[in-house]
Amino acid sequence: MAQDIDEARTQRYIEVQQSAEFGELRAKFRRFVFPMTALFLAWYFLYVVLATYAPSFMATKVLGNITIGLILGLLQFASTFAITMIYARWADRELDPAAAKLAEHMEGGSLS
Amino acid sequence: MTTLAPMATQVGNTTLNIVIFGLFVVVTLAIVIRVSRQNQTAADYYAGGRAFSGRQNGIAITGDYLSAASFLGIAGAIAVNGYDGFLYSIGFLVAWLVALLLVAELLRNTGRFTMADVLSFRLRQRPVRTAAAVSTLAVSAFYLLAQMAGAGGLVALLLGITDRTGQSLVIAVVGALMIVYVLIGGMKGTTWVQIIKASLLIIGAIVITVMVGVKYGFNLSALFDDAIKNSGGSDKILQPGLQYKNPIDFISLSIALVLGTAGLPHVLMRFYTVPTSKEARRSVVWAIWLIGLFYLLTLVLGYGAAALVGPDAIKAAPGKQNSAAPLLAYHLGGEILLGVISAVAFATILAVVAGLTITASASFAHDIYAHVIKKGEIDADSEVRVARRTAVVIGIVAIIGGIFANGQNIAFLVALAFAVAASANLPTILYSLFWKNFTTRGALFSMYGGLASALILIIFSPTVSGVATSMFPTANFAWFPLNNPGIVTVPLSFFLGWLGSVTSSEHNAAKYAEMEVRSLTGAGAEKAIAH
Repeated sequence: MAQDIDEARTQRYIEVQQSAEFGELRAKFRRFVFPMTALFLAWYFLYVVLATYAPSFMATKVLGNITIGLILGLLQFASTFAITMIYARWADRELDPAAAKLAEHMEGGSLS
Repeated sequence: MTTLAPMATQVGNTTLNIVIFGLFVVVTLAIVIRVSRQNQTAADYYAGGRAFSGRQNGIAITGDYLSAASFLGIAGAIAVNGYDGFLYSIGFLVAWLVALLLVAELLRNTGRFTMADVLSFRLRQRPVRTAAAVSTLAVSAFYLLAQMAGAGGLVALLLGITDRTGQSLVIAVVGALMIVYVLIGGMKGTTWVQIIKASLLIIGAIVITVMVGVKYGFNLSALFDDAIKNSGGSDKILQPGLQYKNPIDFISLSIALVLGTAGLPHVLMRFYTVPTSKEARRSVVWAIWLIGLFYLLTLVLGYGAAALVGPDAIKAAPGKQNSAAPLLAYHLGGEILLGVISAVAFATILAVVAGLTITASASFAHDIYAHVIKKGEIDADSEVRVARRTAVVIGIVAIIGGIFANGQNIAFLVALAFAVAASANLPTILYSLFWKNFTTRGALFSMYGGLASALILIIFSPTVSGVATSMFPTANFAWFPLNNPGIVTVPLSFFLGWLGSVTSSEHNAAKYAEMEVRSLTGAGAEKAIAH
C-alpha cells in the first residue's frame, strides 16, 4: 500500500520534471543565476587582481586621502547589495508564482 | 574621556568585564531555557522546528558568521596593515552571493538536517554520507579550534589572566557553558543566542563608529590623516600590499574565501531553520545587509584604532592585533565601553562555538550513526539522544584542543577551514544541485580529493614550517610556496568531480526527478512543525 503511494509520487515527480512548465522554470532560473554569478565573480576577481598587481594605481588619490582602491572596494559592497536586491525582487516576482503552481500540481492539483 | 592606558599591561576593570559577561550569560541562559521547553523532536533539536522567520535567521546567520576572527581579526588587520584588512573583509561579503544565488534555496528545499542530506539525495547513501560527514567534521574542527584558541588570547587581554593555567581554566568554562546551551537549547536556543549576540555586536560597532565619526566630523579623509600620522607618516596603509606580499597567494586566499562560505556546514545548516525556501532567501538577504554593514563599520573601527590608539601601541598590547577594537573602545568610552565590547567578544566565541558543535553533532548522529551504522533503522528519539551525547564529546574535545591550540595563529586555522570548505564541499554541492550526470564516484573523488589535497598542501606550506611566522619556525619541510592552497585545490576538486563522473555511470532517474522538482518548487520539502 505504502509502496503504491510512493510509486505514484515518483511518477508525479517524473511527470512534473518532464513538463514544459518545469522546463521553463528551470531555464528561467538558470538564465538568471548563472550569468549573474559569472558577473560578480569576474568583477570581484578583477578587483583582487588590480589590488595585487596594480597597487600604485589603487593608491591614486582622488579626493583628500580617498583613493581609487577605497572607491573600488566600496563599489564591491554596493554591487553586492544591488545584486542581492535585484535577485530577491526578481525571485519574488518571477520565480515564486511559477514554483508555487508546480508545487500545487505535485501535491495533487492539475497542471493547466 | 579617559587617557590611554599603559600598554603591555591589561586594560580596563577586570571585575566589570566579568560582571557584564556574567549578565550576558544569565540573560541568554534564561531565554534559552524559556524557548526550549518544547524541544522534543529531531526537527526541534537540529532545525529549531523550522519555525524561525527569514529575518530572525538572517540575524542568526550574521551572528554565526561574524566570529571572533572576523570581528577582532579584521579590525586589527586594518589598524595595523590598513587596506589589506579591508580587502580581506570584501571576500567574506561577496562570498554570500554564491550562497544567495546558487545554494540556499535549493538546499533548503532538498535536505532535512545536514549538508549530507542534499549530497546523498540521488547518489549512494552510505559512501556519500560518510564522505560529507568526514569533511563536515574536518571543517568544523578547524573552525572550532580557531575560536577556542582565540578565547585564550582574549582572556589574556580582557581579564588580565596571563598564565596558561588560568587561561586554560577560562577555555574550559567557555566550553562547559557552550555544552549547556547546546544540550538545553538545541538549535532553537543556539539560534536565539546568535540573534542576541549579533544585535549586541552590531550595536556596539555602530556606537564606536559614531564616536569616531564625531571626533573627525564624519570626514573619512581626516580620519585617514591621523591614521597616517600615527603609522609613521606613511600613507602605505591606504594601499594594498602591506600584509599580502605574494600576489598569487592573495588570489589563492580570495578563491578560498569567496567559494568557502557557501560550503561551511554550520552556515548551510542554518537554512533548515526556516519554513520555506522563500524564507531561506530572506535569511540571506538580511545576512548580506547586516554583514556588509558590519564590515563597513569595521573599516572605521580599524582606521579609527590606527588613528586614536596607534599601530605600535596595538602591536605591543597582550592580544596584539586582536586587541585593536577593544583598545579603541577603551580609548573612547573607558572601562564601561571596554567591558561591553569584551562581553560581546566573549559572547561571539560562545555563540559560534555552540553553532559549530550542533552542526558537528548533527552530522555524526544523523549521517554516520543513523544512516551509515544503523542504515536508517533508528527512531528519531534515539538519534537525538546520540546527537546530544556527541555534542558533549565534541565540547570536551574542543576544550582540550583549545587548551593546546592556545596561542596558535587564529587566522591560519580559519583560512584552513575556508580552504577545506571550498575544496571539499562546494564543488560537490554545485555538481549535485546542477549537473545531471554527477555520480557517487564523482562525489567521492571530489570530496576526498579536495580534503586531502587541501590538508597536504597546508602541511607543506610556509604557514606550518620554514619561515619566522610559521607554526614550527625552526623546522623546514615546506615545499609548497603558498600559504593558502585554494588556487590549486578548488580547480582540482572540480576536475576530480568531473573525472569521477565521466568514468562511471549511475543515474537514478526517479531520485533525480524528485530532487530537481523538489529543489526548485519546494514540493515535498520538509515543513515547519507547529507546537
